[in-house]
Amino acid sequence: MSRKRRHNALGRAERSAQNGSRAREAILEAVRRAGAPFAPLPSIVGATDMGTGEALTARFMASAQAASATVRIVEAGGVEAAVREAFPGAASVASASPAWGFEQADPAAEASALARLDVLVCPGAFGVAENGAVWLAESGMGSRVAPFLAQHLVLALDHSAIVPDMHAACDRLETFGEGYGAFVAGPSKTADIEQTLVIGAHGPRSLTVLLT
Amino acid sequence: MHDPTHDLMDDGARLAAADRSARVRHADRAARFVADAGQTDWHDAVLWRIRGKRDAAAGRVEGWERLRALASEIKEHTLSRLDEYLAAFEEAATANGAQVHWAADADAHNRIVRDLLRARGVRRVVKSKSMLTEECGLNPYLEARGFKVVDTDLGERIVQLREEPPSHLVAPAIHVRKEEIAALFHEKLGTPADADDPRLLAAAMREDLRARFLAADAAITGVNFAVASTGALVLVTNEGNADLGAHLAPAHIACMGIEKLIPKPEHLGVFLRLLARSATGQPLSVYTSYFRRPAPGRELHVVLVDNGRSRRLAQPDFRAALKCIRCGACLNTCPVYRRSGGHSYGATPSGPIGAILAPGMDMKRYASLPFASSLCGSCSDVCPVKIDIHAQLHRWRQVAAREGYVSWPKRWGMRVAGWIVRSPRRYRLAGRLVRGWLRHAPRRLRYGPWNAWGRQRELPRAPDRSFGEWYAAERGKK
Ligand code: SF4
Repeated sequence: MSRKRRHNALGRAERSAQNGSRAREAILEAVRRAGAPFAPLPSIVGATDMGTGEALTARFMASAQAASATVRIVEAGGVEAAVREAFPGAASVASASPAWGFEQADPAAEASALARLDVLVCPGAFGVAENGAVWLAESGMGSRVAPFLAQHLVLALDHSAIVPDMHAACDRLETFGEGYGAFVAGPSKTADIEQTLVIGAHGPRSLTVLLT
Repeated sequence: MHDPTHDLMDDGARLAAADRSARVRHADRAARFVADAGQTDWHDAVLWRIRGKRDAAAGRVEGWERLRALASEIKEHTLSRLDEYLAAFEEAATANGAQVHWAADADAHNRIVRDLLRARGVRRVVKSKSMLTEECGLNPYLEARGFKVVDTDLGERIVQLREEPPSHLVAPAIHVRKEEIAALFHEKLGTPADADDPRLLAAAMREDLRARFLAADAAITGVNFAVASTGALVLVTNEGNADLGAHLAPAHIACMGIEKLIPKPEHLGVFLRLLARSATGQPLSVYTSYFRRPAPGRELHVVLVDNGRSRRLAQPDFRAALKCIRCGACLNTCPVYRRSGGHSYGATPSGPIGAILAPGMDMKRYASLPFASSLCGSCSDVCPVKIDIHAQLHRWRQVAAREGYVSWPKRWGMRVAGWIVRSPRRYRLAGRLVRGWLRHAPRRLRYGPWNAWGRQRELPRAPDRSFGEWYAAERGKK
């Protein structure tokens, strides 16, 4: 784009920002005038009781497996060995966490390099028993895109960090201070061709959860 | 990029407007769909299977009905204070470093996106699924202005390559058979001619789209939920395409209708428990991403779009449709949708929810949609936010009739029927006449062109007498 064009475009963007604040007022005014009668906000009840300890862990494992994840219980300190055992042929294994002896994932790595990464190992913050999801905070990813570009994803999760359901899980987001995070439940998948399940749509081709 | 003054001559929009002015006749389009009986049966069965998965998933949740009630009440509350939540969201999102834009209608939305792209010298755009941009016609708008727009959800990409709209909210290419996809990918991606294994086809698209993700200058996504208290956007996918696009491109533009707001993260839990279970029977989709702040050095833009929503909010009969979380459950369960296909509705979204949304946007064009229903109410029964879909369909019919969008045979037929049933004598007499006629008139007359119902079905055998006559006779015996 030539400089003049870009200048014009920026000028237009400014003008549209002015139009934008008019649009803002108009929309808010229309919403106010719509006069939807007040409806009270209900309080959230119905958190699921799934027991604690073993029962919760068992439920989490069953849910994660149903979402096509592989779940394994490993000793504390056994993460490296479990990853090497699960991916014996992997040329590159990286992690953003210094807790393990993997290659350090570089937050500034080129995307094309990340796309060649065989295995990324991330620390999961907590798991959800009702659906097998693991909450992954930005700080554990290396870079936001890494868990989506790596060919295989491994999440290490402390078995005592499992909550029963999404009510408990989302309560934790109230105090979540990072810029980005994601619930990950299984490897990426699609059923867009005749509803046939295909694992490894755009993101990782497999998901392994290591419960420590 | 071409001359910006060209925008004044909005040919893309003009063409779209011409196309939009044509009336959609659901019955005619459905007739074309059902002409292929094999395809119709397949479509019906595949969707019914998804409905079955939804039932199983819902059944495994303790207190499912309570959850639906909660979701409905949270949405009703948010809509009743929407101005406050919008302002709160804007404040929180801005404090997070996102830029918030406001668009009164589809046109303003498209222009905002175009200006954002132009100001950044963007050429290649990757998109993840967004019903809002579909509603606004963003793709053709941008393409007419020289942008290369690539849909990245596999189903969306399939319909984009076929140059047609999505036919289903959640499964955009549900109407396409794998043989057709094989032929399409053979032509566009160079897969072997007879390779129709879904795994192979999906892998080919993965390769093709990875390169496009890496090369994109901007990503456009929809939004599933926007959290007012934290200013966060929540996006849900199974493929991971929304995240790949948003994290790789320098600028992320998220487009959302103003009804997507929820008050706080704790409310998110309610909707996330319902959404995937209602949509596909999964307890949760694979990726539920929570975008609070743009990554360092990146831009996050949020476009808040009204496009008729505030008008609907002012209509007590129809405002509940704004609670929709686009799960697609009402489509999967609908006997008419399953047997007529999404394209018969000529609207996005299609199905029961489309049939109550579209008439509010353009009555003239979509007056036939509220009639594409048996009013069985199954849609309302499965809807996770308890929208009274079938009641709204019925009310839209009344509006259509009042505004003169009902054909004269139907109008007069209803009038005559009304006159008959108002008097017990006329009713009894008409019953006798019709029964006699059904039993004795030649078949050619009974199945004349006026009998649309009888085209594919046999009329039931008319009984000798009415229930009233039978009852009177039986009582007389005693
Ligand atoms: S109307 Fe209800 S069932 Fe239909 S898509 Fe919307 S939320 Fe789902």
